[in-house]
Amino acid sequence: MSYIVAEELIKQYGKGHATVTAVAGISFHINEGDFIGIMGESGAGKSTLLGMMGAMNAPTSGRLVVDDIDVYRLGQEQRADFRREFLGFIFQSFHLIPYLSVIENVMLPLAVVKASKKQKWAMAEEALDQVGLLDKARRLPGQISGGESERVAIARSIVNEPPVLLADEPTGNLDTKTTKEIMELLRQLNKEGMTIVMVTHSPDCAKYAQRIMKVSDGKLVGDN
Amino acid sequence: MNLKSITFRNLLRRKGKAAFVLAGLVIGVSTVVGIISFVEAMTNDINHKLEKYGANILIVPKTENLTLTYGGLSLGGVSFEMEEIREAELARVSSIKNARNIAALGPLVLGVVKVDSHKVLMAGVDFEVSEILKPWWKIQGALPDHNGLILGAETARILNLKVGDRVNIKHKELIVSGVLQPTGSQDDQLVFANLATAQSIFNKSGRVSMAEVAALCKDCPIDEMVKQISEVIPGGKVMAIQQVVKGRMETLEHFKKFSYGISGVILLIGSMVVLVTMMGSVRERTDEIGIFRAIGFRKRHIMKIVFLEAGIVSGLAGIIGYFMGLGSSKIAITFFSENHSGQVPLNFELAIGAFGIALLVGLLSSAYPAFMASRLDPNDALRAL
Ligand SMILES: Nc1ncnc2c1ncn2[C@@H]1O[C@H](COP(=O)(O)OP(=O)(O)O)[C@@H](O)[C@H]1O
Ligand SMILES: [Mg+2]
Repeated sequence: MSYIVAEELIKQYGKGHATVTAVAGISFHINEGDFIGIMGESGAGKSTLLGMMGAMNAPTSGRLVVDDIDVYRLGQEQRADFRREFLGFIFQSFHLIPYLSVIENVMLPLAVVKASKKQKWAMAEEALDQVGLLDKARRLPGQISGGESERVAIARSIVNEPPVLLADEPTGNLDTKTTKEIMELLRQLNKEGMTIVMVTHSPDCAKYAQRIMKVSDGKLVGDN
Repeated sequence: MNLKSITFRNLLRRKGKAAFVLAGLVIGVSTVVGIISFVEAMTNDINHKLEKYGANILIVPKTENLTLTYGGLSLGGVSFEMEEIREAELARVSSIKNARNIAALGPLVLGVVKVDSHKVLMAGVDFEVSEILKPWWKIQGALPDHNGLILGAETARILNLKVGDRVNIKHKELIVSGVLQPTGSQDDQLVFANLATAQSIFNKSGRVSMAEVAALCKDCPIDEMVKQISEVIPGGKVMAIQQVVKGRMETLEHFKKFSYGISGVILLIGSMVVLVTMMGSVRERTDEIGIFRAIGFRKRHIMKIVFLEAGIVSGLAGIIGYFMGLGSSKIAITFFSENHSGQVPLNFELAIGAFGIALLVGLLSSAYPAFMASRLDPNDALRAL
């Protein structure tokens, strides 16, 4: 059974003459444990699509069902809960909180979760260990490199072990060597059972995906 | 890691901003506390004086005549045909229930005498209690013996008399033993003699025109004592003097209203400072809030972060403001009240009130910023970068 189902997703920004149709009717099914790559030119609507899949950007019309939950029929607060429980996000520009240490950044999604301090630390340490950054747990984001920041962002997105990971050009800001390391990491996570949807420009990165969805002008133009 | 630790970390990072909000609230709270404790101390001061100094109860004969005035205080009909109170009757005052609250009882006999060609109002008094009944008297010279006189400042000037001069009144030779420094009251226009001497001059032995009572009344109501004295002196009319103090109280009341108005304005400015600063910091933290929302913080979690921050700063401001206000009112008191000990009482209710007001202002003025922060759309917030 399909884990993620998108039905005729449409997203328009603005009103009247200024209306921009970023996503013009996209449907697909994604199975549990898939590693999906989304490709397409700049402005094609990839980020918008990912935002809709991330329960952050309500579609103008259409339906998104994840694990049998009709996401946009949830209330706003329930959608926040859904994000916390089902999704991990990796943003292009890391988006780490500058005044929190590396491990605190990783723990961030747990801040609103009922668990003991000890438990939270253990979970954060495990996630940091997975990305190989346990030794830099006490540093501030300003004191680590770009590749390391990306790893922290990944650790943060997997700390509460969500079933789905969404990544928007996770390696856009990284050199080839670091990119490869990050991609290996994502592959590892996928092997462990995580469903991954990744937007990327780079054909090298796309090779790691089992399935590529090509988006152009808000439409799905290729899927294999 | 929880919402509290996020708040603390953020406060530590933005020390400058936090200090700014803190300062705005501290100024507001300390002004309010300063004004309130200043007013309170002044009120205590006045009450204290009212209780401790001077006559505050008058006993005058019951009369059908119109009232004349003395020293701005209303008396019974003091006239040539005035009625009198018997001294024996007056002695009963010492038997009332609250007798221990009576600091002094001063009988007074009034009459007009002629000195040279001038008519002067003479008051026969008990000089032994004048220190309590007339604490404002400053005498050049000394208190007199049985045939001495004290002159009011005006009397001495108009009659051209000084200490040591001899005066002939109704065939009695009296000596001026002291002259009062101007008091601003009708005492300036009088001649004071010993009660017995005056009684014999006026032919009124055993009778007095009125009596002044100084009651030390910290815990007993003056009205209660007035009632008790009335009961033992049926022929007298007993009344409490409150006008003088009332006047000061009224002034204080005006000052109170004025300063409460000012405090309100200052608090309002303080809350504007909080509002603007918090609004700015919410705007600055747009990306952060976007991330919080994206990773599953609810709206109320975001609000809690903003309110926690405002609560910590404003609670701190309440505490600091309370002590600063106390300090400044202490300083103010020493300027405004010469013989005040400079004591501003530590007031528990005021402390709680200051804390509460600071919190209220801080939280209320953060409500809008908190609401705006919680409404930030994670998608827009992150796209803006
Ligand atoms: N919040 C928004 N408001 C208005 N227009 C937007 C917004 N987000 C995206 N767009 C527009 O929608 C189109 C698709 O954008 P986006 O999804 O970011 O594309 P991509 O990620 O493929 O580059 C673009 O034309 C972009 O300008
Ligand atoms: Mg994009």
